[in-house]
Amino acid sequence: MFLIDCPYCKESRDQNEFSPAGEAFIARPQNPEELSDDEWSDYVFYRTNHKGDHWEQWVHTNGCRKYFLVKRSTISHEILEVAAFGEVTSENPS
Amino acid sequence: MQKKYSWYSLLKAGLGNQEWDQAIPLSKPKSKYDVIIIGGGGHGLATAYYLAKECGITNVAVLEKGYIGGGNTGRNTTIIRSNYLRDEASSLYEHSMRLWEGLSEDLNFNVMFSQRGVYNLGHTLQDMRDIERRVNANVLNGVDAVVVDHKEIKEQIPIINTSKNARYPIMGASFQARAGVARHDGVAWGFARAASNLGVDIIQNCEVIDIEVEEGKVKGVKTTLGDIMADRVGCVSAGHSSVVAKMAGLRLPVESHPLQAFVSEAMKPILHTVVMSNAVHGYVSQSDKGDLVIGAGIDGYNSYAQRGSAKIVEHCAAAILELFPIFSRVRMNRQWGGIVDVCPDACPVISPTKVEGLYFNCGWGTGGFKATPGSGNVFAHTIAQDKQHELAVPFHIDRFTSGALIDEHGAAGVAH
Repeated sequence: MFLIDCPYCKESRDQNEFSPAGEAFIARPQNPEELSDDEWSDYVFYRTNHKGDHWEQWVHTNGCRKYFLVKRSTISHEILEVAAFGEVTSENPS
Repeated sequence: MQKKYSWYSLLKAGLGNQEWDQAIPLSKPKSKYDVIIIGGGGHGLATAYYLAKECGITNVAVLEKGYIGGGNTGRNTTIIRSNYLRDEASSLYEHSMRLWEGLSEDLNFNVMFSQRGVYNLGHTLQDMRDIERRVNANVLNGVDAVVVDHKEIKEQIPIINTSKNARYPIMGASFQARAGVARHDGVAWGFARAASNLGVDIIQNCEVIDIEVEEGKVKGVKTTLGDIMADRVGCVSAGHSSVVAKMAGLRLPVESHPLQAFVSEAMKPILHTVVMSNAVHGYVSQSDKGDLVIGAGIDGYNSYAQRGSAKIVEHCAAAILELFPIFSRVRMNRQWGGIVDVCPDACPVISPTKVEGLYFNCGWGTGGFKATPGSGNVFAHTIAQDKQHELAVPFHIDRFTSGALIDEHGAAGVAH
């Protein structure tokens, strides 16, 4: 169990209020017509499943109900960074 | 090392009060093997055993980063059943069930397989429709299964709460009589011992840190005990499958999550069968030692930490008390987590990869223990012949590209 700082509510709240929403920075392909089956498959099913510091999405289900980004260690569960969408992108992850 | 256990060897060692022989020899790695298996859990050891026994390949090493029986094999809730809905899944799990039925004799090791039956409870009309459909599918596939109503459940399990006033009243269940439990770490020890008797090297405390790939072909592995060559490498590393795949430059359609279980203090016999409920999400049995073995669900976030959140424990305890109010004063002894690799369709991957000679057996998610012998058996044949065993064909990794997923999630009557 851990506490998460919601970037919108500006409060540190119990993890139970939040729901995990998968790996971050997975953008829907801009050119769906041109994608091969392998590329579609990678977008839909394949994940990094990173061991270590990992950017992921969470939603404040029982709070403001907004989605945001969390950098969390999948080894220790320590939360290293929290950001609203746009503050951090796949091009400039810390 | 004692080659074969028998009543005579037991008597001799018992009367003589001798030191008991070591069950599994401590091996050092050689520089080259025909096949390397990464991961010394139940599935990996079973793979090595069947490679040696059925495929005639005995120059095999099983590399385990910890100790035998210390991973998910020793962390699950030991439930064995084969009442899956889909033909592909039920064939694979039934293959496993048939191997379980002769396993202790085959391995010359008592894995304490106990066919005490499994009830999968239904709490709503839709649950009951799904249960009837699944039971019919099971019967058509040659898997034993019956539908029972709440009166029969109460007759068989007097302590269960079948009151209509329950928050989620029990309406009925599917029952598989051949299902049951086994001593989970004993299964790993049994396979390890039997495999090493056939010439397989079981190497503990040996972590794979890289996989050598040259021109699309696997050449061997780098480990904490040095480099080991092999033309064929089978990865059976459960929660760490993605980590191992990355060493070979591959990605997998799995994500790792913590799955929790807990056991109570030991009690006199009170529950003679296995009870599972998908709707309230909990499953419970009583071990031969007397403790209640209770399984929870996974945490939704990715983790490699072998511990889960308290919310899941609370949710699971609530489910168990909903079914068995009598357990409300039972004290819990231990609680732990294991890391499971979950596939999008909740079915495993038993498959060759884009790297020649590199095979993966992963994605068993929350329900791998029951498949241990069957998984090892079909994976051994897949590696030996460089061609998928016929039961493994639907579980090719290409199904995530072709779209031929096996929609078993939630259809299997559980909460594995």
